Amino acid sequence: MKNDKDKSSKNAGKGNLSRRGFLRGAGLTTAGTVMLNSSVLAFESQPATGKAFGPDAVTIEMKVNGELKSLIVEPRTTLATALRDHLGLTGTKVVCDRGACSACTVWLDGRPVNSCMTLALDVGSRPVETIEGLAEGNELHPLQEAFIEHDASQCGYCTPGMIMSAAHLLKTNPNPTLQDVKKATRGNLCRCGTYPHVFKATLAAAKKMK
Amino acid sequence: MNRFSWYEAKSVEDALKNANTTLSEELYSPSNEAAFFKSGGIDVLDFLKEGLISPKTIVNVRDIPGMDKIEHEHNEGMTIGANVTLAEIEHHPDVAINFPALQMAVAHAATPQLRNMSTIAGNLAQRTRCWYFRSVDHQCFRKNGDRCFARHSETGQNEGHAIINNGSCVSVHASSIATALLALKASVVIQGGDMKKKVVSIEDFFVSPMQDISRENILGKKDLITEIKVPAPSANTKSFYIKQVARESYDWSLADVAVVAEMKGNTCVDITIALGAAAPTPIRSYEAEKILKGEQLNDMSITKAAEKAMEVARPLSKNGYKIPLFKSIIVRALSELI
Repeated sequence: MKNDKDKSSKNAGKGNLSRRGFLRGAGLTTAGTVMLNSSVLAFESQPATGKAFGPDAVTIEMKVNGELKSLIVEPRTTLATALRDHLGLTGTKVVCDRGACSACTVWLDGRPVNSCMTLALDVGSRPVETIEGLAEGNELHPLQEAFIEHDASQCGYCTPGMIMSAAHLLKTNPNPTLQDVKKATRGNLCRCGTYPHVFKATLAAAKKMK
Repeated sequence: MNRFSWYEAKSVEDALKNANTTLSEELYSPSNEAAFFKSGGIDVLDFLKEGLISPKTIVNVRDIPGMDKIEHEHNEGMTIGANVTLAEIEHHPDVAINFPALQMAVAHAATPQLRNMSTIAGNLAQRTRCWYFRSVDHQCFRKNGDRCFARHSETGQNEGHAIINNGSCVSVHASSIATALLALKASVVIQGGDMKKKVVSIEDFFVSPMQDISRENILGKKDLITEIKVPAPSANTKSFYIKQVARESYDWSLADVAVVAEMKGNTCVDITIALGAAAPTPIRSYEAEKILKGEQLNDMSITKAAEKAMEVARPLSKNGYKIPLFKSIIVRALSELI
């Protein structure tokens, strides 16, 4: 069983076709065909009555980490799926897929939201910030550095969401107390139990950022 | 999740024209043509992901202009647009000053992320969290099935269920904010398909399963909530809210209480006591209110009121703990008014 697995992953590597790469490629193919006969949803002048879309995929524009992206999504596509499978931004994790664990936290219009419970069509012209947008080039955000320093991540699945919640706190409150940090991250579940380290890391980052 | 079309409504009228059912009706008697509203979309998406509904069209009312404002008039009270998010209510200074119970209830609802997404109308219109109701494998009364799984004295997992008015469906309403709005005598403004406005008190907005098992509120096929009105409190009004949950970070309510009282010194001139997670709808304890009206608020009268509020309780096999829990939080909330 183990050998089979090794073999298949090796083959995938050889053909330059990982699962992720395939999904991305497939998305782009669809993009080419649908873009021809469907209008761009976002940033359009508003008609007096509404407009119907789907169920087939439509082209939308989305501002992600400061860049305007064009992508083809069905109305049922969530923001998490759009980010991960269409734009390859797999830093955002999907764990519970019901808005209960907040691993999928991104900023929408500057506020933390669950990307798994946001439909991509709902984003409109509001900017999206993901964990990938936090670092400046090769320089990590002070909070990311603090997470490494304070060993605030174990299995790592909750980490991007946890950081997006805590980073939002630091953006809005430069002098947070322990209670503030707990409040800001109360929606983020960590089943490894890294909470005390997350709190320490966030308070340390706040000090550093002063 | 099934595929669906998306209708981007530009006005209330436009939205009403393009919807043909409600999420509740679709759950009770599914059709192939369902088109219903979505705003923040949390509850709708939950049902979609569980495979409990498969609409043809989602009518998006989230971005209809003019439905996202909070207006406060000192003498009139507060008008909260249907699309105002819970976070906006939580952080609005006029809410904290004039309606502390509402602010506390909103601040303890869901997670910070969900409060940034959920709208006040969606919070009131959401369906119960009863796990049998939310499961595709359980056809309960609420989904046109033939039984209540929660009621069963041995197999029913009814820890979170109703202790009052539980003669039919034993679920409790999911909105803890409704508890505060009920105590504050708020009302819901609804626009019907005929474009006529209806103003309904929160108490009449919720429908008990004894009246109609297929729904939890009065919203019909072509009804859209446009705003919530919270009347201005009379002078010397105090309010408080407590939600008891199983864990500190965030959770659904096990028991919650909102108290709003007009005080004259230590004498209670008028009072409303509302209980959440006690019955299938948020309820007022008129009996407990009667005990305190015109009386001094002190340890004795408060304890008597809390005892009275629980006299009507008839617990199920696993939720008897709710009775002392309610008594305790009613006493604590009332003590805050002294």
